Amino acid sequence: MTAPIANRTKAQFTGFQAPRWAEPVVMEMGCPGRRGVVFDDAPAPDLPKGAIRKTAPALPELTEHDALRHYLHLSQMTLGMMGVSLFGTCTMKYNPRIGERAALEHLADLHPLQHPDTLQGVLELYDNFSDFLCEVSGMDQFVFQAGGGADAAYTHACVTRAYHASRGELEQRDQIITTIQTHPCSPATANTAGFEVITLSLEEGGYPSVEQLKSVIGPRTAALMVNNPDDMGIYNPDIKEWVRLVHEAGGLCFYDHANFNGVMTRLRARELGFDACMYMLHKTFGAPKGGGGPAVGAYGCAEHLVPFLPSPLVVKDGDRYTLDDDRPQSIGRVREFWGNAPQVLKAYAWARAMGAEGLRTAADISVLANNYMDKRLSEVKGVSRSNPDVTAPRMEMTRHSVEQVTKDTGCTIVDISNRMTDFGIDALWLSHEPWLVAEPFTPEAGELWSREDIDYWIDVMEHVIHEAYETPEVVKTAPHNAPIHQIKGADMADPAQWATTWRAYTRKHAKRLAAE
Amino acid sequence: MTSIGFLVNPYAGIGGPTARKGSDDPALAAQARSDGMRLTAPLRAVRAMTALVQMYPSVDILTGPGGLGQDIAPAASILPINALSHSASDTSALVAGMQGKVSLILFCGGDGTARDVAAANVSGVPILGIPAGVKMHSGVFARSPERAGQAAAAFLKDPDQPVELVEILDIDEAERRSGRLSAQLFSVARSPVARGVRQNPKAGGGDLLAETDAALAEYVRRMEHGCLYILGPGTTMGALKDRLGGGTLLGVDLARDGAIVDRDLSEEQLLMALADGAKARIVLTVVGGQGFILGRGNQQISGRLINRVGIDRIDVICASDKLNALNPQELTVDTGDVALDARLAGYWQVTTGPGRRQVVRVVH
Ligand SMILES: Cc1ncc(COP(=O)(O)O)c(C=O)c1O
Repeated sequence: MTAPIANRTKAQFTGFQAPRWAEPVVMEMGCPGRRGVVFDDAPAPDLPKGAIRKTAPALPELTEHDALRHYLHLSQMTLGMMGVSLFGTCTMKYNPRIGERAALEHLADLHPLQHPDTLQGVLELYDNFSDFLCEVSGMDQFVFQAGGGADAAYTHACVTRAYHASRGELEQRDQIITTIQTHPCSPATANTAGFEVITLSLEEGGYPSVEQLKSVIGPRTAALMVNNPDDMGIYNPDIKEWVRLVHEAGGLCFYDHANFNGVMTRLRARELGFDACMYMLHKTFGAPKGGGGPAVGAYGCAEHLVPFLPSPLVVKDGDRYTLDDDRPQSIGRVREFWGNAPQVLKAYAWARAMGAEGLRTAADISVLANNYMDKRLSEVKGVSRSNPDVTAPRMEMTRHSVEQVTKDTGCTIVDISNRMTDFGIDALWLSHEPWLVAEPFTPEAGELWSREDIDYWIDVMEHVIHEAYETPEVVKTAPHNAPIHQIKGADMADPAQWATTWRAYTRKHAKRLAAE
Repeated sequence: MTSIGFLVNPYAGIGGPTARKGSDDPALAAQARSDGMRLTAPLRAVRAMTALVQMYPSVDILTGPGGLGQDIAPAASILPINALSHSASDTSALVAGMQGKVSLILFCGGDGTARDVAAANVSGVPILGIPAGVKMHSGVFARSPERAGQAAAAFLKDPDQPVELVEILDIDEAERRSGRLSAQLFSVARSPVARGVRQNPKAGGGDLLAETDAALAEYVRRMEHGCLYILGPGTTMGALKDRLGGGTLLGVDLARDGAIVDRDLSEEQLLMALADGAKARIVLTVVGGQGFILGRGNQQISGRLINRVGIDRIDVICASDKLNALNPQELTVDTGDVALDARLAGYWQVTTGPGRRQVVRVVH
């Protein structure tokens, strides 16, 4: 936690210097013969013949100490994910360390192919958590298979397909409706599942009008996929009418609840009429980050869609839990086994610790914190709010713009974000595609960050904008106190430059490696 | 050849502060000179040049005398101009002199300057604009002077940098005087594709050229046999016409059964083509920052023609970034037939990619 302003010394504000280690890739660090702990009587793995390696893996040889130091350095250089991070649309929360302990203690030795009779504890947890989320959303069943929010949206696109196919209407219903401020994973997964996507544009209120929606719904409508509030923090008050209209036309309605933090316990998706919704356990429910794979998009639906859910489903049978894989209408699997069980356990622990009252308090604090930020940011020179004509208070986040600063000084929001990292602030979240707002940024405080952290964050932004007007070069060439220098964005679009695995790196940079 | 042609229209932008819609009127420049008015375009040119030289210190510059460039880039080679006119002809003379000598022309001005540069740029040298005008609807302008300088440096350094076709638009001065703001498509130029200008670390950024191309491919695949397709002007339509054997960029062409059958037709010729009662569709794209789909640059597609084809038989194809740059998020029509315009108003579905349509409000 940063110090309250009154207790803050000048050094705390300007004295930040991130550790900068000249750290090679671990693959380049090994030295033959170096070892961690060696057990003379280590058992040989009992593996089928075909699975036994013929050659040892090409791993670097390191001492335990070398390995620990290496990863400690890396975590220091990524701020240990403990900087002040008001990274909007991601609801950055502290991930209680007890979750790690619990996952290690209770799950590390389990395998999903064990007989369900030996998995009763974890199955019970799945069932309890499904009940908990049903209570929160009004839905009838939750599944935790999807590996992230986008995967849950894909689950819905597949469920939509299966639902309409079961009614013989799939040929006719080939369109999914979304809005331009819905996360791009909704249109993308709708396309992937074979639907045509119709995207509604924003109008005066900051969201599409009912008339606009009416102009596109009809016999071809398969589903509506939206988030609310959207990523600008604007809540569409007509949402109930939207759902009614889409239902009237025969379509399903899916609520991307990634931005759930500000409305937890204040509304229930099913009561608004939605057929299905999705929560991000790795955002709202305190589990560690990691979209698109190592996370969980919890997908819930009402009774009429349950037959189509991915398999297997955890089912309570008397006082026992079983895994039901015999579900002929199921869309199959969207992910191996039952998804990322450790994430489910961590989120469950968080949810149980919070309870209903905790969720409500957290929701209220996150809206309050954002409106406090709005007020303070509105007083910062050159910062403006997206949709300035919309006076309704924003929910848990707001999209702002520094377009004026860029016009006056040439410093862009990327420059400003780079410079803010010089003060121990994590890089800003700017905006999802498309960038309707010029030079955007989207902070979100949630319930975690203290008033001191929020004030510090805004103080830093104010300071950096002041610098942009006084010494723009300092801002444009930032970061200066961070672990790395400025990254040239152009290389990001050049596959010859980047590599995400060691194998790719050695392939793309063979010459350089040979020269070394 | 890695040298750059650099030219400044020193009077660009002077109409802005006085709420003129542009600075094309020569009297404005004369007045600015006699008033000793502080010109803003040279300051913006300095910003771009600073960014350029920072990224590419050894850059070879060819420019015009005095305020046309020399004042800002004193080390540059100078193209002499016989008689300085303090008008568009200075721009034309410089651009003509740069042909064959430079691999990129970086100019500072607004839409009027862009139009003059494009007109004199007979060998199609890629061009890039430093935004300094009152009106900047053309696609050649970088988003800021710094970005213009950086994009120019990146382009000169990397011979493989791709170029794209961009539209040069300008406000129709005659129309403006009668109180109507209307951008018109004047020509098409080659400009460096800005790479990595928008750094959005979470979203990959998508490839909009590929999106549009795939949308066009899908459109062609679904074209109805025997139907006449009336294809409007613009770069998007140009790419569609390329898929049908090639047509005009600025004209209205006709296609049937997967091939262009006639090019650059007038309203009369189009009506004649439909005289035998053939089924037809009209295909359009959005022209420039004004968001016009009918009535600017495509007046051949008249009210009479639209009534004949049917107002529900018009398709619009446009890249999503162009739609999203509209402020307000609206498209507009001006066919000259007020009753028809009223019928055309409403929500339209614009094709933005394969399997993608975006709804946009059309007003009149
Ligand atoms: C509103 C919304 N929906 C969906 C997603 C996608 O989630 P994930 O990254 O877990 O796939 C995000 C991610 O930021 C989001 O903000």
